[in-house]
Amino acid sequence: MNIVVCVKQVPETAEADLKIAAGGKGIVEEGLALQINESDNYALEEALLITEEHDGDITIMTLGHESSEEVLRMSMAKGAGTAVRVADPAFDGGDAIATATALAAALKDVEYDLVLTGCMASDDGATQVGVALAELLDIPHATYVTEVEVGSGEVTVGRELEGGLIEKLTIKLPCVLGIQTGINEPRYASIMGIARASKREIELKSAGDMGLDASSVGAAGSGTVLEELTFPPVGEGADILEGTPSEASGKLADILKEKGFV
Amino acid sequence: MDFALTQDQKMVRDMVREFAEKELEPIAAEIDESREFPTASLKKMAGLGLMGVVIPEKYGGAGLDFTTLAIICEEISRVCASHGVITAVNNSLCAYPIYHFGTEEQRRQYLPDLCSGKKFGAIGITEANAGSDPAGMETTAVDKGDHYVLNGTKAWITNGTDAGTFVIFAYTDPEQRHKGMSAFIVDKDFEGFSVGKHENLMGIRATGNCELIMDECIVPKENLLGEEGGGFKVVMHTLDVSRIDIGAQGVGISQGALDASIKYAKERVQFGKPIAEFEMIQDMIAQMSAQTDAARLLVYRAGSMKDAGAKRFTREAAIAKYFAAETVVAVARMAVQIHGGNGYSKEYAVERMYRDAKIIEIYEGTSEIQKIVIARNALR
Repeated sequence: MNIVVCVKQVPETAEADLKIAAGGKGIVEEGLALQINESDNYALEEALLITEEHDGDITIMTLGHESSEEVLRMSMAKGAGTAVRVADPAFDGGDAIATATALAAALKDVEYDLVLTGCMASDDGATQVGVALAELLDIPHATYVTEVEVGSGEVTVGRELEGGLIEKLTIKLPCVLGIQTGINEPRYASIMGIARASKREIELKSAGDMGLDASSVGAAGSGTVLEELTFPPVGEGADILEGTPSEASGKLADILKEKGFV
Repeated sequence: MDFALTQDQKMVRDMVREFAEKELEPIAAEIDESREFPTASLKKMAGLGLMGVVIPEKYGGAGLDFTTLAIICEEISRVCASHGVITAVNNSLCAYPIYHFGTEEQRRQYLPDLCSGKKFGAIGITEANAGSDPAGMETTAVDKGDHYVLNGTKAWITNGTDAGTFVIFAYTDPEQRHKGMSAFIVDKDFEGFSVGKHENLMGIRATGNCELIMDECIVPKENLLGEEGGGFKVVMHTLDVSRIDIGAQGVGISQGALDASIKYAKERVQFGKPIAEFEMIQDMIAQMSAQTDAARLLVYRAGSMKDAGAKRFTREAAIAKYFAAETVVAVARMAVQIHGGNGYSKEYAVERMYRDAKIIEIYEGTSEIQKIVIARNALR
């Protein structure tokens, strides 16, 4: 079972004070830690678990600048055998479809049974690259996957639906799965793994290497154009829950339930 | 001159930081209160290679450098000083001297378990009457042919309650003073060996700090570490190495206290604005930042000298440890001050950091001892 895991390096924004960069089309990334996108980390762990049980090799792949090689090396430190960085200035500014176009081209030379991605990137929240990649490769896909069981020539997956429902699907291989967070417990790379990974090569693939026309990728190949990033307007202030601690916590639980947080 | 970490060092730092924030920070306050030795999290750390950082892979270690070990001690101490010193002691005060001074048989017998977390390591130098003056120790080892018999009590032993392997120092020839001191590898199961009082410390409270009692303790001949009479050399070299990591522990606690203070100063509103906007708070943040950076650079200098194969780095290790100790006590004090009343409460981590900080000025050679070492080198 050979698996390709497509990952993205994103800035850690959960605890950061975000500022919108000059021009209004991005955030100030200076001072933010860069790391593997959260659900991609679960996708990598799922690939490691599957290959530990069913053998096979893992190729870790990203489209990104040189800084994203740390994500690839950390993935190799955990057990990915091969790393590919899809790298070309022509890929800059691409939307989900343009990114998937480049990744699909990079996958042409790779033997795989399964492609895993995270179900959503935390920076743009588009949730489209995995789906678009499957369409371009003309193979089936499922996303928000919370269970994977490998069968013969197929996988059975569970998908998380609204209202706590789990949908079970059987999908023919090869296929693309968008992995949801919480499906497993991602491991940390050992320092021995880190030392070994740093000596390994990362394969670079440019648009030219893959026979891609620059007009089909990056900003030129994108149907969507980012116009502006803004913060939502500040609201009217907080609701103060009155009552004893147990009354207030009961009200809080009702609100969380009503809003669908629990 | 390049002040940048190598790619490996940076990746190790990132991994350890994430591990420490997710796995250690949530339990730091709890183990500080309970004094429970954090065996489960230490075993996870061992699985990542953090218990045998500089030990070659053939003995179960990770085979990395001393600067990397310092970075690891720093990142762990940033969230939990107890885990930080347990790591430093296991690595540089137990596994390292067994590797550096041990025979091939000793390395093969003891290092794999210390690196894998199957056993934890400790060192026994200090006694009730031998602190800054280790040559004043009273523990003796008498040669009985195929074994030695050790008698004496060691004090303030980090990891002591839960360690399985100890490097213990004793006089084989008390007449010769420090030339009559020898080092031994002692298993906790050896006849006549026992753990004494578990200390109730001000800081680093989850480190299993205790007395070790050797009462007619039988140690096989093959467990002599280094040469008979070579113990003082083992102590001095081992402390040079471990002072780098204790300095790193000081840097880590300082960084943790600084990070917490920056976050708090931006959130805490008084007189209608965040206190970070007041210049007296900024003065403290500036001092804390500058001192922490300076201490870190001194620690990395000592580590990189050792990595470059320097024979002597006693002076640089002493300067790093001394400066990091002064820094962490000052930085933790300012962190509590920035937090005001909240900083004096166990609800906030800086209260623990303030208590943890003080030990850096005391163990592995007090600041006074470091200054003696530094001045002797300057005036030579």
